[in-house]
Amino acid sequence: MTKNYLTEENFAKLHEVIESHKDMQGPLMPILHEAQHIFGAIPLEVQKTISEKMNVPLAEIYGVVTFYSQFTLEPKGEYLISICLGTACYVRGAQQLIDKVVEMTGVGVGKTSLDGKYSIEATRCIGACGLAPVLTVNEDVYGRLVVADIPGIIQKYNG
Amino acid sequence: MKSLAELSKLRDEAIKKVDIRKERVGTRIVVGMATCGIAAGARPVLTALMDEAQKRGLGDVTITQTGCIGVCRLEPLIEVYKEGEEKVTYVELTEEKARRIIAEHIVNGSIVKEFTIGAVE
Amino acid sequence: MDFYRAHVLVCGGTGCVSSGSLTIEEMFNQALKERSLDKEVKVVRTGCFGLCEAGPICIVYPEGSFYSRVEQKDVERIVDEHLLKGRIVKDLLFVDKAADVTEIETSINNVTFYKKQKRVVLQNCGVINPEVIEEYIAFDGYQALGKALTQMKPEDVINEIKRSGLRGRGGGGFPTGLKWEFTRKSKGDIKYVACNADEGDPGAFMDRSVLEGDPHAVIEAMALAAYAIGAEKGYVYIRAEYPIAVKRLGIAIAQAKEMGLLGERIFDTDFNFDMEIRLGAGAFVCGEETALIASIEGERGMPRPKPPFPAEKGIFGKPTVINNVETYASVPQIILKGADWFTSFGTEKSPGTKVFALGGKINNTGLVEIPMGTSLREVIYDIGGGIPNDRQFKAVQTGGPSGGCLTVDHLDTPIDFDTLTALGSMMGSGGMIVVDDTNCMVDFARFFLDFTVDESCGKCVPCREGTKRMLEILERITSGTGTMADLDQLEELAYTIKDSSLCGLGQTAPNPVLSTLKYFKDEYLAHVVDKKCPAGMCQDLLSIVILDEGCIGCTACKRVCPVDAISGEVKQQHVIDQAICIKCGACIPKCPKKVIVKQ
Repeated sequence: MTKNYLTEENFAKLHEVIESHKDMQGPLMPILHEAQHIFGAIPLEVQKTISEKMNVPLAEIYGVVTFYSQFTLEPKGEYLISICLGTACYVRGAQQLIDKVVEMTGVGVGKTSLDGKYSIEATRCIGACGLAPVLTVNEDVYGRLVVADIPGIIQKYNG
Repeated sequence: MKSLAELSKLRDEAIKKVDIRKERVGTRIVVGMATCGIAAGARPVLTALMDEAQKRGLGDVTITQTGCIGVCRLEPLIEVYKEGEEKVTYVELTEEKARRIIAEHIVNGSIVKEFTIGAVE
Repeated sequence: MDFYRAHVLVCGGTGCVSSGSLTIEEMFNQALKERSLDKEVKVVRTGCFGLCEAGPICIVYPEGSFYSRVEQKDVERIVDEHLLKGRIVKDLLFVDKAADVTEIETSINNVTFYKKQKRVVLQNCGVINPEVIEEYIAFDGYQALGKALTQMKPEDVINEIKRSGLRGRGGGGFPTGLKWEFTRKSKGDIKYVACNADEGDPGAFMDRSVLEGDPHAVIEAMALAAYAIGAEKGYVYIRAEYPIAVKRLGIAIAQAKEMGLLGERIFDTDFNFDMEIRLGAGAFVCGEETALIASIEGERGMPRPKPPFPAEKGIFGKPTVINNVETYASVPQIILKGADWFTSFGTEKSPGTKVFALGGKINNTGLVEIPMGTSLREVIYDIGGGIPNDRQFKAVQTGGPSGGCLTVDHLDTPIDFDTLTALGSMMGSGGMIVVDDTNCMVDFARFFLDFTVDESCGKCVPCREGTKRMLEILERITSGTGTMADLDQLEELAYTIKDSSLCGLGQTAPNPVLSTLKYFKDEYLAHVVDKKCPAGMCQDLLSIVILDEGCIGCTACKRVCPVDAISGEVKQQHVIDQAICIKCGACIPKCPKKVIVKQ
C-alpha cells in the first residue's frame, strides 16, 4: 500500500490511547490492539513511540508484536481474503480453495500483492463450521464453497 | 441490586415478556384471521384480547391466530382451549365482547354462554 | 405495548450471521412494520441455536415453528402466511432427516436433533436475547449469586461445587471445586478469577456460542467463583477473532454494572466484584493457562513450568482461579438447583453434560449438548443425522489437535473424560470432527501437525524441533517418498515429545499421529509400501486412469485435457499418459460413461 498511514493524526490517537491506559495493570496488549486498529499495522516507528511513552524496552515490544498473529508489521492489502483452515473446513476441501485463490491472484498465502490490492491468509477456525468450507473477503462471508465458486468471487473485487 | 427480593420482583416482571417461548401449558386463544375474519373485524378483536391479557398480567395465556375456521358468516370468531376443558367457540365478536371473555372465562373460569356458537346459532 | 402475541427469534450466532441472518432480521422488522404488526409481533435476536447447518435459523413462537435456511425471499411469506394468517409455511420448515416421519414436525421441540439433547449450559442459547439483562433474569438469572451471597458461606459454595463433581470443560477435566479450594487456601491479600475464552481448537466453537448467547451466565459464575475464593477482580481472556462474543460480553458487563450486580456491595453484602475483558491476539498456545497469564500481563504468550500452579502464583503473581467458559456456565445452575440435580446427569466419574461442536462430514453440523456417557453412535447418527451423500463413516476426531480419533469400533463407547483418554484420544474442549471414507487419515494427522508446528511458541526444544521433524516425515509419506524407517522414527519422536515437552500443547501434539498409527496403520502402510492413498486424497499418490472397460471413445476427455496427455482414436479406448498428466481432474466430469477415475 502506497498510502501513508503514519500520519500525525494517527500518532495523536496513539498518544491518547497510551495516556488512557496509564493506570491499567498489564496495559501492553490492549495498547497494541488499539495501535493495530489505528494504523492497520504496528511498524517499528509505532513500536518506538510506544516504547518511549511506556518506558518499556523496544526489544520487548518487538517480541510481543511478532509473537501474535493478529499484530502485523506491514499493513494488509485493500482486500483481505481469508480462507478458513479449521478442521471442519479442511475435511470439506478448504485446501483446494486456497490453491485456486493463490493461482488466480498470484499472491502467496500470508503475502500481499505488490499493488496492495489483495492479501491472502489461511486463518484458523472462524467458527462458521455449518457453512464449511468458508472464506471471507474483508467483512463478506462466503460459505458452502466449491472450487468453481472462486472465480466469481474474485471477479467481484477485480472491478 | 440490594436483595434477593428485589431480584425476584424483577424476574417476575421480566418473565411475562418471555413466557411465550417456554413449553406451552395453560390457555390458548385462537383468532380466526383469514380474509373473511379480517374483513369482519378480527384485528380489533385480536388487539383487544392482547391488551386485556397484558393489563391483567396473564402470563400463561397464548393468543395466536389461525386461518379460516369455516363458519365465515359468524366472524369474527375465536376458539378458547383451556387445559382439561372442552374447546369453546365464541362468534360474532367485538372488542367489548372480547374483553368480557378474558375477564369472565379466562380469569374467572365461567364461560360467557351468550357469545358461544351454540347460543347464537 | 410490552405484550406480544408472537415472537420471531432470529439466530445472531456467528454461524447464522455469516449466512446473512442480520439482513433477515432487518427484513422481518421492515415487513412487520409495513403491515402494522410491529406492535403485536416482536423480533428477537438470540444466540446460537446449535444447528448451524440449517442457518440462518428463525423460530416463531408460540408455535415453536422451526424455519431453516431462511432466505430473503422467504421473509414476506412467513410474515403474510404465518404471522398474519396463522398458517405455518410448511415447505420452509426444517426437515428432520434423522426422524422417520411422514409429516414435517412443526415444532422445534420435536426435532430429533434437540430431543436427544440435554441443554444445561446451552439452556438460554437461542432462547433469550443476550443483549437484554432482563431476559436472563426472567430465566432465573443471578438468583444463584443472590442465594450464595445472602445464604451461603464461601466454603459452602466450594463444597457444593466439589459435591457436584464438576470437572474442567476446557480439556483437562480437573475437578473445579478442588481448584477453587486450593486457591482459597493460598496465601495472598489479592486474588483473581479468570475465564479462559481463548478457544483455539480449529473446529470448536462452544465457548463462543455460550458467550454470544448467554454472556450473563459466565459473569454470574465468575462472581460466584470470586466470592468462593475471596477475589474482587476478574479477567476474561477472549479471542479477538470472536468479535460478536466480545461485543455481547461487553454489553452484558455494562448492564450488570448498571444494575449493581457487578461493583461494590453486591446484594448489600461486603462482596465487591468487577471484571475486565482482555483480548487474545491469535496464539493457540495462550489457551494454556500459564501462557494466558503471561499474555494478560503483556508478554509473549509463552507457558512456564508448573508448579507453581496458578492457584498459588497466577496473574501478576497472585493466586488465580482459571476456568473455561463452559465450566463457568454450569456453575450458577449447580448453586441454584444443587449438586444432586447436577449429578443426576452423566456418569459417576464425569457428572453433568458436555457441549460438543459437531462438524466435518456430518449432516447436522452444529452445537450439541448431551449427558456424559452418551454413546458416539447416538451423537453421530441420531443427533448428527449421519454422514452426507451416503458415504461411510470412517472416524471422528475429538479434542482437536491435542486429541485422537475414534473409529467405527468405538461407536458404542459411552463418551466421558476417562473413556476417551483410555482410547488414546481426549475430551479436549469438545470439538468433534467427523471424517468419511474420502478423507485420508495420514493427511488428517499431517493437517494437525501442520497446525501445531505453526502454533508452537518455540520455548522448549521437543515441541519446537520435534513437531517440525514429525511434520516433515508425514509430508514425505503423503508425497510418496516415505520409508518403513520413517514410520518407526515417527513413533519414537511422538513418545519423546509427549514425555519431554513443557506444556500441554507439546505434550498432546503427537496424539493425532499416535492414534491414527494405532487405528489406521494400514493406511500408513499403503502410502509407504504401495505408494497409494486408499482415500484418494493425497495428490502425489494418485493417478487418473481410464478404465479398460466402458470407454466409448467419444474424445470428450481428450478435448478438455490442458496438457494433451490423453490419446486414442474416435470410438477406440482412450489412455492417459501418466508422465504428462498433471492430475488436474478436468477430464473426470466430462466422461459420459464415468470410467475416468482417480486411484
